[in-house]
Amino acid sequence: MRIFGVLFRLAWRNLWRNHRRTIIMLGAIGVGVWAMIFMTALTRGMVDQMITDSIGVLPGHVQMHHPDYQDDPSIANRISISDADLKDKFDDAGFEAWASRVRVPAIITSERESRGVTLLGVDPAAESEISFFDYEGVEGRFLDDAADKGIVIGEELADTLETEIGKRVVLMSQDPDNEIADRGFRIVGLYSASTKAVEEAYAFIGKTTAQKMLHIDDATTEVVFLGDDYRNVEPIYDAVTSAVDDSVSVRRWYEIDTYLGTMMNVMDGFVLVWVVVIFMALSFGLVNTLVMAVFERVREIGLMLALGMKPGSILGQIIIESMLLMTLGLAAGNFLAWATVTPLESGIDVSIVSEGMEMWGAASVLYPKLYASDMILASGVVLLLGFLASLSPAWRASRYEPVEAITKV
Amino acid sequence: MSAVRCVDLCKTYRQGDQDIKALDHVSIEIGKGEFVCLSAPSGGGKTTLLNAIGGLDIPDSGEVYVDGERIDNLSKGELADLRLQHIGFVFQAYNLIPVLSARENVEFVMQVQGMPAAERREKSNAILKEVGLEGLEGRRPAEMSGGQQQRVAVARAIASRPALVLADEPTANLDSKTADELMELFTLLNKHHNTTFVIATHDQRVMTYAGRLIRMLDGRIVDDIDQRAA
Ligand SMILES: Nc1ncnc2c1ncn2[C@@H]1O[C@H](COP(=O)(O)OP(=O)(O)O)[C@@H](O)[C@H]1O
Ligand SMILES: [Mg+2]
Repeated sequence: MRIFGVLFRLAWRNLWRNHRRTIIMLGAIGVGVWAMIFMTALTRGMVDQMITDSIGVLPGHVQMHHPDYQDDPSIANRISISDADLKDKFDDAGFEAWASRVRVPAIITSERESRGVTLLGVDPAAESEISFFDYEGVEGRFLDDAADKGIVIGEELADTLETEIGKRVVLMSQDPDNEIADRGFRIVGLYSASTKAVEEAYAFIGKTTAQKMLHIDDATTEVVFLGDDYRNVEPIYDAVTSAVDDSVSVRRWYEIDTYLGTMMNVMDGFVLVWVVVIFMALSFGLVNTLVMAVFERVREIGLMLALGMKPGSILGQIIIESMLLMTLGLAAGNFLAWATVTPLESGIDVSIVSEGMEMWGAASVLYPKLYASDMILASGVVLLLGFLASLSPAWRASRYEPVEAITKV
Repeated sequence: MSAVRCVDLCKTYRQGDQDIKALDHVSIEIGKGEFVCLSAPSGGGKTTLLNAIGGLDIPDSGEVYVDGERIDNLSKGELADLRLQHIGFVFQAYNLIPVLSARENVEFVMQVQGMPAAERREKSNAILKEVGLEGLEGRRPAEMSGGQQQRVAVARAIASRPALVLADEPTANLDSKTADELMELFTLLNKHHNTTFVIATHDQRVMTYAGRLIRMLDGRIVDDIDQRAA
């Protein structure tokens, strides 16, 4: 271990021997690492928001349905457990929030247009924890309770239907006997969402109103559960599955929305690829610097070997030098990333470009997310690859012939 | 048991289409505590012989023994250990590590040996004083004169008290006064610690300090004089 002291000292001094070269390398590593983390933070923010929004709108973290509901989301495939029993099971089970809903396809018709929508019969008290939009932001008002007789639709849908608050619309769907079930509603509120697609998709009515309209007593078609982190849904999943039997199917959000689930995994892969790609660019500079440094020091490395230092120590010395360079560059890059991302975490207005991105669910304000895990990942990858990249020059140095170094005049 | 024994050493270098015999059937035996001067004109084979004795270079043929142990067939790692633990070197051409101060250079070998810091410090202090470098401990090689650098190299070679010191033209960059002081220091160490010295030189004055003078020419030993008798 004593040898480490002298190796470290040599590495550190040698690092600062060529100030200019070291500072340029530090700058390159710093900017590279900054780019890794900054880009990652942007993309993370985007995907995070996409997932959170989407989960907030629909799936929650875990959902329960009739086993056939996924193939045919009609009223025929409703949950066999009554709403009252659900309440008994889940009210005190410790979920962040849970809600049962009636969710079926329907046609909404104004006096001018009609559109297919997803009808959501909800209990506003239960949904307030789960749903995506801010209720204060609803133009007009949201539903008061499960028995509310009004309807709340998205602003975009109101435009399409050429209707507005106070006007009436008709919802039409099927009851369990395949009879037409319809009912007129007065529009009491218009919601806005981060994307127009969402604003066009859902029509909210009271849960009991929906049950009456569809003649299903107190049955529901969907139960959603919310935990505190979409990345950690197993505990909720386990709690729900253990409380029910085979008559219902329980799924995690990423099983329901496989696109989103894939997105999250792709994102993790993307971060790694991005980090590696930037590193590849950096590694040319790094290896070049080390090769130069090692070449310039043929004689003193030979001298150290001649005095009896082990080749392994020479190898270690070069690697320590490279790791020091990496560590300083990483510190600079991480700091730079932190200093630039933190002020932006309150949101970047990207509405100029967001029109084109809406189709895949992106919002017009981007909230970069700086995750410690991403910074650690980037730093870890840089250190690991830096280590690997310095092996070859270090190995070369350790193979020098001492006699050649010290006899050259 | 002798400190150094060489048996029939040969080493040939190829320069262009010419073979140069740097060592031509060299056999010598040096006893423990001897003070030997190896003298030859430039190109006579002094450095080649010292390198063979110090385990830095392997001769083409012949055997080398240090402290009775045969070394010409040792592995690189074993040779490195031998050099580190038993031999002090003053090289002809390149001696100091540029990024280390005078003191750090002197302590380098001891540090690689794993000697505790306090002990190192004590030894380097004493030796730096002895070679007259007090006050210059913090200087880097580039901030010292050639003579001062040479003295740092000598200090490093003897600081860890090796049994054998191999010095290749140690006075080459020194003025005569400093050269004399250095040789007196070598003589002192030789007497007090029974350190074996083999010093390659073509400096007449240096030779007068040696108890034994071995003359070489074109890789052969031409003369071996015990000067104490004279
Ligand atoms: N690495 C080498 N390659 C070629 N020739 C060498 C090499 N080292 C030494 N020589 C030759 O061997 C001879 C002896 O060299 P050397 O031992 O350095 O002599 P000295 O130290 O007495 O000046 C010289 O002629 C020199 O040119
Ligand atoms: Mg020589």
